[in-house]
Amino acid sequence: MSEYNIREMIQNNKNNKSTKFVEKAVPTILFIITSVSILTTIGILYTLLSETFIFFTRVPFIEFITATEWNAFSADPTFGIIALVMGTLKIVLISTIVAVPVGLGAAVYLSEYASDRVRRIIKPILEILAGIPTVVYGTFAITFVTPLIREMFPGVSLYNAISPGVVVGIMIVPMIASLSEDAMSSVPRSTREGSLGLGATRFETVLKVVLPAAASGIIASFVLGISRAIGETMIVSIAAGSTPGADFDLSTSLQTMTGFIVQVTSGDAAFGTDLYYSLYAVGMTLFIFTLVMNLAAQWITRRFKEEY
Amino acid sequence: MQLVDKDQVSKSLGGRLFFNKFMKVLFLLCTMVGLVVLVTLIVDTVLDGWDHLTWDFLTSFSSSRPESAGIYGAIIGSIWLMAVTAPVAIILSVGTALYLEEYAPKNKITNFITVNISNLAGVPSVVFGLLGLTIFVRQLSLGNSVMAAGLTLALMIMPVIVVASQEAIRAVPGSVREASTGMGATKWQTVSRIILPAAIPGIITGIILALSRAIGETAPLVVIGVPVSLLVTPNSVFDTFQALPMQIYNWVKMPQEEFQYLTAAGIIILLLILFLMNSVAIFIRNKYSKRF
Repeated sequence: MSEYNIREMIQNNKNNKSTKFVEKAVPTILFIITSVSILTTIGILYTLLSETFIFFTRVPFIEFITATEWNAFSADPTFGIIALVMGTLKIVLISTIVAVPVGLGAAVYLSEYASDRVRRIIKPILEILAGIPTVVYGTFAITFVTPLIREMFPGVSLYNAISPGVVVGIMIVPMIASLSEDAMSSVPRSTREGSLGLGATRFETVLKVVLPAAASGIIASFVLGISRAIGETMIVSIAAGSTPGADFDLSTSLQTMTGFIVQVTSGDAAFGTDLYYSLYAVGMTLFIFTLVMNLAAQWITRRFKEEY
Repeated sequence: MQLVDKDQVSKSLGGRLFFNKFMKVLFLLCTMVGLVVLVTLIVDTVLDGWDHLTWDFLTSFSSSRPESAGIYGAIIGSIWLMAVTAPVAIILSVGTALYLEEYAPKNKITNFITVNISNLAGVPSVVFGLLGLTIFVRQLSLGNSVMAAGLTLALMIMPVIVVASQEAIRAVPGSVREASTGMGATKWQTVSRIILPAAIPGIITGIILALSRAIGETAPLVVIGVPVSLLVTPNSVFDTFQALPMQIYNWVKMPQEEFQYLTAAGIIILLLILFLMNSVAIFIRNKYSKRF
């Protein structure tokens, strides 16, 4: 019978040729896979930058950022991004008015008032709400919310900013609620108990102790929510219409940056036309907006984090 | 002797306690908004679509006449789409998560990769559509095929799966790892036989949730130019196809009222698929997740 001791077995395992090869190859293979995420970013930047550059050789940059009219489909087109940005801002404004109080309120309830049992019922409901496809939300906006709003305010037209704005707001509520709740839950229990022990009510504790301590996480959640609202596409494509304009009217048809991209690509934009390249200039603007918001959220979280 | 004057207490605290109760109710109402919307959405959709949810609807192709239009091509197309998206996304994301958690040195490059992934997660889906249109559809000449759309969606959901997998891998305690190394296992033996099996329930939950996001995603498909009226199902991944959310989007834009009922019926199917996928994810999370 051959005599094996543990030390030899371990040595054999480590000296085995194929084991040695695998140990060397695996990190390299995994690194190559990981680099795909970098390549994706490079791909996005390359795509947007190269086509946007061609766009600006045809349409002056100054016109793009200062003109207030966007008539991409007319025979004599004008490309003033302000009209589309205005549309996006209207949607963002309404959705923020809906999502911030509702999301924060829900987060406070879940983190400070709700019992474990209630939390176990409500959190999955919020998760389901977060998982509903945006095309479904868009259908809900046009078939349910819009008629409801038009009944209440007869002056509102079929396509308007209010209905998609409210629905986009509802869509980002779960995101704000769950991120804010995470921030509040990480405030240590002892801080709360200190406040309660001094005779503050629960609400006073929330207002003066928990919210200030969790402020960085909560504000970051608002910023991320706004970033989602800026990039939201299907709800506005279905319910907001396709009339870009740099006005402040919330009751008439409008177009957002995302809505324009969908409108152009659902028809066939002939390759090489101004219209085709304008797609990328709008995409670039949209990308910059959301990137700035995401970086801001990361910066807020890092900069104002309370350490316990 | 009375130490606490009850009247005094209720006089000075009464208002504050009432306000506290009032705010509690207000916060509860905020929480209920989500529930109310969810119920309204589902009831409204089911009322509109239930009668149109027939066998013919499930087995017919799309059509310009609402009475004969169906969703067969869209369902088959979406299955094809997931068959490309799922394996690509899984290999990319799990590989990335393993590298970042197990092999990556702590340096600036690794840090950059992590920040980059969290930024990719925030890029709007319509921008991923532009990436797919330019790189996959045009430069790689894949056309509006299952392959082009599948690769685009895979890149889009990759950050979600990476983060979920990283959390699952991180949850495997160090002691298990040390025990394996102590027994003489090499790095890859530890990773492949100890860590991955322990983390797999968490990873699979993340994958299913990400795929359920991909199956309902519409904007990138519109940008890529996925057709809405097609009377064949794809035979290979290089054929063009229809997709469920695209079909719904196409119907909701139709002026005829009849199509609105088809939209609702299509949404019921889509929500059922999502519900099924989520149930599987929750089941796996509860059944197989190990506690150390």
